[in-house]
Amino acid sequence: MEEKEYTGVLVFAEQKKGDIHKVAYELLGKGKTLADKLNCSLMAVVLGHPDINVKELVYRGADKVYHIEDEMIFSVPDEVVYAENLVELIKDIKPEICLFGATTFGRSLAPRVAAVLETGLTADCTDLSIDDDMKLIQIRPAFSENILAHIKSDNYPQMATVRYKEFDEADRDETNTGEIIKINALKSGNSLVEVIEEISNENINIADADVVVSAGVGIKSTEDLKMIQELALLLGGEVGASRALVETGILSKSHQVGYSGNRVKPKIYIACGISGAPQHLAGMKESGIIIAINNDPSAPIFKVADYSIVGDIYKIIPELIETIKNEELRVKNY
Amino acid sequence: MTIIVLIKQVPDMEKVKFDREKGRIDRSSAGTEINPFDLNALEAALVIAEKTGAKVAAVSMGPPQAEESLREAIARGADEGILLSDAKFGGSDVKATSSLLSAAIRKIGSYDLIIAGIQTVDGDTGQVGPEVAGILNIPHISNVESIRDFTEESIEVVSNVWEGQYLKRGKYPLLMTVTKDVNVPRLPNFKNKMKARKAEITKWDCSDLKEIIDESRLGVKGSPTKVKKIEVPAQSQREGKIFKDSSSEAVLEMLDVFKKSRVLNKEV
Ligand SMILES: Cc1cc2nc3c(=O)[nH]c(=O)nc-3n(C[C@H](O)[C@H](O)[C@H](O)COP(=O)(O)OP(=O)(O)OC[C@H]3O[C@@H](n4cnc5c(N)ncnc54)[C@H](O)[C@@H]3O)c2cc1C
Ligand SMILES: Nc1ncnc2c1ncn2[C@@H]1O[C@H](COP(=O)(O)O)[C@@H](O)[C@H]1O
Repeated sequence: MEEKEYTGVLVFAEQKKGDIHKVAYELLGKGKTLADKLNCSLMAVVLGHPDINVKELVYRGADKVYHIEDEMIFSVPDEVVYAENLVELIKDIKPEICLFGATTFGRSLAPRVAAVLETGLTADCTDLSIDDDMKLIQIRPAFSENILAHIKSDNYPQMATVRYKEFDEADRDETNTGEIIKINALKSGNSLVEVIEEISNENINIADADVVVSAGVGIKSTEDLKMIQELALLLGGEVGASRALVETGILSKSHQVGYSGNRVKPKIYIACGISGAPQHLAGMKESGIIIAINNDPSAPIFKVADYSIVGDIYKIIPELIETIKNEELRVKNY
Repeated sequence: MTIIVLIKQVPDMEKVKFDREKGRIDRSSAGTEINPFDLNALEAALVIAEKTGAKVAAVSMGPPQAEESLREAIARGADEGILLSDAKFGGSDVKATSSLLSAAIRKIGSYDLIIAGIQTVDGDTGQVGPEVAGILNIPHISNVESIRDFTEESIEVVSNVWEGQYLKRGKYPLLMTVTKDVNVPRLPNFKNKMKARKAEITKWDCSDLKEIIDESRLGVKGSPTKVKKIEVPAQSQREGKIFKDSSSEAVLEMLDVFKKSRVLNKEV
């Protein structure tokens, strides 16, 4: 049989300050299925400090891990230097499939890589499979999430960014073996863009939370927000917001859920005083259980809710908080 | 100083209809508008131009009627509009679109800053901006949420990327993509509306760009990604249980849901 020029599935494992983003493990999980079907190897690439524990990627199923090392240049989000190094590696190892997490960084980096490699790139995939002709089918929402397009690429590598939390993480197995290839950074980037500092972000991780309690403009003031925060705390969750609430300044942008904010997929999503505009739904409709509290029975949020509570948030939320607290007292007193 | 703004005419998403049976998008069902994020890109350019005296050129690839959106850009304050239109550009994917836009930018010649929207509401990829930067081999800063400072040589912005907010300073030439948070777009004013009506929109087709880019890189031919199928999924609906009159009943049932899902925080 003719030897294929491009072979293998390559996963870009994003790291920040040495921590590998969990989407990398999800990509390895899915990547394994693809690699098995294609009968090829599963590879990962990390760009970062020499001390990063890249073995973890082997435990998660990578047959080969390329670790492009540098103590400095990968410690800030510099797309140019990341792209230059990735391009060199990809030209060298020629994978047939190349996957990136559709994180803010992945979405900014992957197009630069694809541009230089002159290949196609499919954005924000929610599913991937292998077709009868052994090519990658990439499924992605488009038109503000109204349609799902099935896309195939003519060129190699077939590149895609894939949404976080679409696939299960690859199982971890410390008996897995794989090769770790260390490479010194090949390129040192540009001097045109300087990353001055990371402006300390309130450290909220709304995309990873099991529970998100979100407030819309039904909440009238910073004072009133306290009940939302208390409910979130009682449920071990994070506080989210509609764009309209963020615009009032009551909560910062990092809390925004939706098309132009965070996409969340918690076990439980509670929408308090949110109408349910399509742009809001785009960021939360995949949640496990959706609870909506709104005093307008015709609010569109109720169409996607498992529990629709028609009523005043100023009455219901304090009641809910009371009930939870009483329940906890009861449990503790046993 | 020259600033290039990339704008796309898109269907009005509130009105466009999706045919589930046939898996089709009926673009004729809705009017068109400038992609909302591109209005933020234009506004950013206008703010910089006001202080630096820069010239702002809006560039768009689309069908002949996309000329309207360039006139609107002028009505909002852009100095000129360039329309890239040719039947041969039809069916362009991200790569072909970015290649064409880059070719047009090269034809314009001198530029300092290119500003794109973070994404379109129809193509919805968010890739065209960074890909244009990649092709032109200039750096880019994505997801710009605010502009802190700028001069005729460089710009300082806050980029929301890598799970954080980063203050970055870029020297021109540079491309940046902006979010809705960066500003509030101004509306067209009377004087500019008059100007827009009379403005000459520059139109380039395949032959105007042939010295810079080969036809084989454009349109369907230049597009490695092919849409094989379109599904219009049913609007996600859940059989919601509705609580109308009794909040106490609702509250008790929610407590039950929290218990079953094991989310009650034991630490509090
Ligand atoms: C390009 C684009 C991108 C966008 N991106 C996003 C995004 O990422 N995220 C997002 O959320 N939006 C986004 N939007 C905005 C979106 O269209 C809506 O405007 C926004 O989601 C509305 O927020 P809201 O539900 O808080 O406000 P409203 O629509 O005003 O709804 C408030 C709701 O609160 C209810 N209410 C009021 N008082 C009470 C009370 N006391 N008790 C109970 N209920 C009460 C009302 O009945 C109403 O339903 C975007 C828009 C555009 C054009
Ligand atoms: N046909 C086009 N003409 C001009 N600019 C475009 C075009 N398509 C995309 N862009 C620019 O690229 C950005 C991202 O688009 P997209 O990758 O389609 O989400 C848009 O916000 C525009 O600034």
